[in-house]
Amino acid sequence: MLAHAIFFYFFSILAIFSALMVITSRSTVNSVFFLILDFISVGCLFIMVGAEFLGMILLIVYVGAVAVLFLFVVMMLNVAQQKQSWFIGQKSTHIPSGLIVSVLIFLELLVVVGGWKYKENIMSSSNLVIDTSVTNTHSIGSVMYTDYILYFQLSGIILLLSMVGAIILTYRKRENVKTQSYIKQISRDKSSAVILKDVEFNKGVKIDD
Amino acid sequence: MEYLNTLINEIYKILFLVIPILVSVAMIVWLDRRVWGFVQKRRGPNVVGPFGLFQTLADALKYIFKEIIIPASANKPIFILAPIITMTLALVAWAVIPLSETLVLSDINVGILYLFAISSLGVYGIIMGGWASNSKYPFLGAIRSAAQMVSYEVSIGIIIINVLLCVGSLNLNDIVLAQKNLWYVIPLFPMFIVFFISALAETNRPPFDLPEAEAELVAGYQTEYSGMMYAMFWLGEYANILLMCAMGSILFLGGWLPPLDIYPLNIVPAPFWMIFKILFLFFLFAIIKAIVPRYRYDQLMRLGWKVFLPFSLIYVVLTASFLLYFDKLPKGSF
Repeated sequence: MLAHAIFFYFFSILAIFSALMVITSRSTVNSVFFLILDFISVGCLFIMVGAEFLGMILLIVYVGAVAVLFLFVVMMLNVAQQKQSWFIGQKSTHIPSGLIVSVLIFLELLVVVGGWKYKENIMSSSNLVIDTSVTNTHSIGSVMYTDYILYFQLSGIILLLSMVGAIILTYRKRENVKTQSYIKQISRDKSSAVILKDVEFNKGVKIDD
Repeated sequence: MEYLNTLINEIYKILFLVIPILVSVAMIVWLDRRVWGFVQKRRGPNVVGPFGLFQTLADALKYIFKEIIIPASANKPIFILAPIITMTLALVAWAVIPLSETLVLSDINVGILYLFAISSLGVYGIIMGGWASNSKYPFLGAIRSAAQMVSYEVSIGIIIINVLLCVGSLNLNDIVLAQKNLWYVIPLFPMFIVFFISALAETNRPPFDLPEAEAELVAGYQTEYSGMMYAMFWLGEYANILLMCAMGSILFLGGWLPPLDIYPLNIVPAPFWMIFKILFLFFLFAIIKAIVPRYRYDQLMRLGWKVFLPFSLIYVVLTASFLLYFDKLPKGSF
């Protein structure tokens, strides 16, 4: 138990510390790196609780994919330059909206923690049977694909729609851009690619038409 | 006292795993260069030690004695952290690779997810190294190889789903044991080919070595690195290649199982089969490096997103419907 406690405190202190660093770090790229550290330590906490499937999925989805995109955006757009106007400028509009969101999240947390008191009532009223003999990967699968299959597919369709929407918003057909077509490149042969021309003296030939 | 004993025991086991891996990474670099040389009718490294076996050690010594130069405008902590992360992640993943049914450091329930998670973390070493160098070419190179690795991870993930549909468990030993009668390379042969090519792209090997296309793109994310830090990137890369070979042999070639369960084959200890399969896959990697020209970047992206991703998705549907129709879905409770 002692080792368990040591690891638990190590990862939870790391998670809280890096969460604090995300919002206080001066450079935007550094805060993304701390966000990644936060994800990793929360993933380790999940694994320590015994939810190894959730922990691994957190690592794969958030650290392996979402945070990479974050880093890409932050590095490419050079967001670091805008950081001064957030706190020093008079016309900052971010703080009120940020406050509203954080108060909302705080209230939600209160509801969740308060609801912990009524955990037994909820558990007894629910018709889910918790079987401790199977691994949690199997139990998540057997719940998600039977009782909640509609919600699961619905969330999948929402994700697909947002993906299509994002592509449509950013896609534009550009004019005057030379593109390479694979079919054309592969299907070229000698008869269509090489032309023999008689060149008139002192006149040359016109190519590329 | 009891804690101390378990701690020392665990450290002993970890060292027993890590040191052979580091040595085999050194040997594998030698093998790679040797195969490359033979294909091109050269001799390859053959001077240092017997057959040139100690060439990599000599190279490593050279790297150790070189000065580590940190650019003045680099972000120093991240610059130093990047090669450490690459190297550590490449070694950490070996904890779950089973060399036989019992010879595995940690036999966890979600072994294949762990491998996939660790290999998807590998992209950070590259992005961090490229960004922290604070220079154009490393940054462009980092973005190039990060995009490449993220793209091919998607198809590797879907290939893993194919295998998992047939196995019904995420444990690596279960995956190996499920192939007792038939290696998955036979029913899932197209997926094995796609996995192999994706593994080449994932580890930045030729013909997908655009991250370090030294001839045309001014190397890649490691341009500003020197001395031991460069060597760590390079060792991490080869450790990742070995890891991908191990993953391929577990998913498709039956891991530590002998090819046929008959007399002369099944007395060979299981770890030897595993090592033999890893070496076989690595030999293919080395041959491919020698015989295939480099891809163009847009061709690479097209192959990943427009060919491999739809193909492996269709194959998932095919595998699932086949298993469902013939009532072969795994039902065991692992």
